[in-house]
Amino acid sequence: MAKTGLHDDCALIGMAESDVGIVPDKTPRELCVQVTLDAVRDAGLTLEDVDGLITCNAFAEPIMYHAEAVAEYLGWQPKHCVTVNTGGGTTFMAIKMAAAAIAAGMAHTIVIAMADSLRSHMTREQAMVVQSSSGHPHYEQPYGPTVPAYYALLARAHMDRFGTTEEHFAYAAVSCRAWASQHPKAQKRDPISVEDVMGSRPIADPLKVLDCSLVSDGGAAVVITRGDRVSGSKQKPIYLLGYGEGHAYEHISQASDLTTSAAVMSGQAAYADSGLTPNDMDLLQLYDCFTPALLIQVEDLGFCAKGEGGDWLASGISQPGGHKPLNTHGGMLSYCHPGNPGAMFGLTEAMLQLRGQAGARQLSGINTALCHAQGGIMSSHATLILGNEDPS
Amino acid sequence: MSRPIPRPSPTEQPFYEACARGELKLQYCKPCTRFLFYPRTHCDRCHSPQLDWEQVSGKGTIASYTVVRRAVSEAFTAPYIIALIDLAEGPRMMSQVINAEPDALAVGHTVSVDFAAWSDEIKLPVFRLQGVPSEAGPSHHADSEGKT
Repeated sequence: MAKTGLHDDCALIGMAESDVGIVPDKTPRELCVQVTLDAVRDAGLTLEDVDGLITCNAFAEPIMYHAEAVAEYLGWQPKHCVTVNTGGGTTFMAIKMAAAAIAAGMAHTIVIAMADSLRSHMTREQAMVVQSSSGHPHYEQPYGPTVPAYYALLARAHMDRFGTTEEHFAYAAVSCRAWASQHPKAQKRDPISVEDVMGSRPIADPLKVLDCSLVSDGGAAVVITRGDRVSGSKQKPIYLLGYGEGHAYEHISQASDLTTSAAVMSGQAAYADSGLTPNDMDLLQLYDCFTPALLIQVEDLGFCAKGEGGDWLASGISQPGGHKPLNTHGGMLSYCHPGNPGAMFGLTEAMLQLRGQAGARQLSGINTALCHAQGGIMSSHATLILGNEDPS
Repeated sequence: MSRPIPRPSPTEQPFYEACARGELKLQYCKPCTRFLFYPRTHCDRCHSPQLDWEQVSGKGTIASYTVVRRAVSEAFTAPYIIALIDLAEGPRMMSQVINAEPDALAVGHTVSVDFAAWSDEIKLPVFRLQGVPSEAGPSHHADSEGKT
């Protein structure tokens, strides 16, 4: 087992989520402050016990030095304070940076907190324009692509190469909604069918509105601490068993392969790091910004052969009762998607499931979880493998 | 809100000057014997700074495409077609396919370049399905069309 050493000796001991969905009464900064305090409290600590803060910026309330401003708001002077920005991949790259900072002795306990309010503190057009600004300013944006359009390009290429159908993509949305219907906090809870997805409003062919993730408000935070501080922690510690990342390109027009992503790279690195395989994963929390992204990750992370993601999703294996539960909170398609923090809710859900605190939707026999996030347009990938048993 | 207009850097200037003349020019790396796109100061394979501008055929094939049904902003009027074009000389570029019926599109369909004015100074390459007559402008004009 090839250990990186970055995360051999640390664990996640606290987590918190804000209200999610439509939360107009709080600004992104206020949500970030709230989840910071709540996660530290969940860990049974106070801010005096925490010496590091990692945040990401908010589209709805950009702050030049974001982490510093959040610390200041709390009247807190952490030893280690940094803002991370790799789009949707920020979430788990921040976990890696926290583990690395702890391994390097820069801090012993770090809170990673993120929040944004794309739904309530931006207009619909502002949210679309700011997100599509990830496109190249000279060679993509002038043509008017939207973020759904970027993913539609991937979807069409996959359909052409592998015979994937629009119905195959729809199953991803159906699966996430089936889980969300069991979650009292989910932004969208009414069960949907493949026919509902197929009949929903066209956005960027072949994607319909139900193939697209939500636009939400919300924040989440986790607390990570050094191994010698784990014992006696208030909550069941969740261990980082493996981590990997992969960076293929930034702009979709520069992708050399439209149907296989750098999730292959990040997944293989995380499996090698943990000594585990796709078969060992009890729970999957993947990045479902759009249904084709989820389908491609299922393939690239090794849960089925390349080109068979559609059949895998259509089999129902990922839905309640199936043996590869996927996005048990409902994912970004149905739980919430406030932008860069989106994958944090996959992580907090994985922690709840691994702790045995997921309430009515608690899965039995859950010891490992794979969490995946990606930023850009399937550009930068981060894979995190978690477990609830001390690997050392 | 208006459509995004490129503001070319000196490195990019030859690309846009050629577009304004109705020519598609790309950088060619002699050591690698390959074209590259987008314009760069260094080859993205061998990192040589010796890149020559050469006119290319303007022919390509559709690598993927989408019909945008909900426009990104009021500056665009849906539907419009965004595509990734594999140029005959190798590089891939994002563009619009203009004057095409969505049902006529397919991955692998051949296209040829045309140029459309995005501002008084800037023309951008757009593509037409081969064999489709070319008399109209781009599929939308921010200044002349109604809002979505």
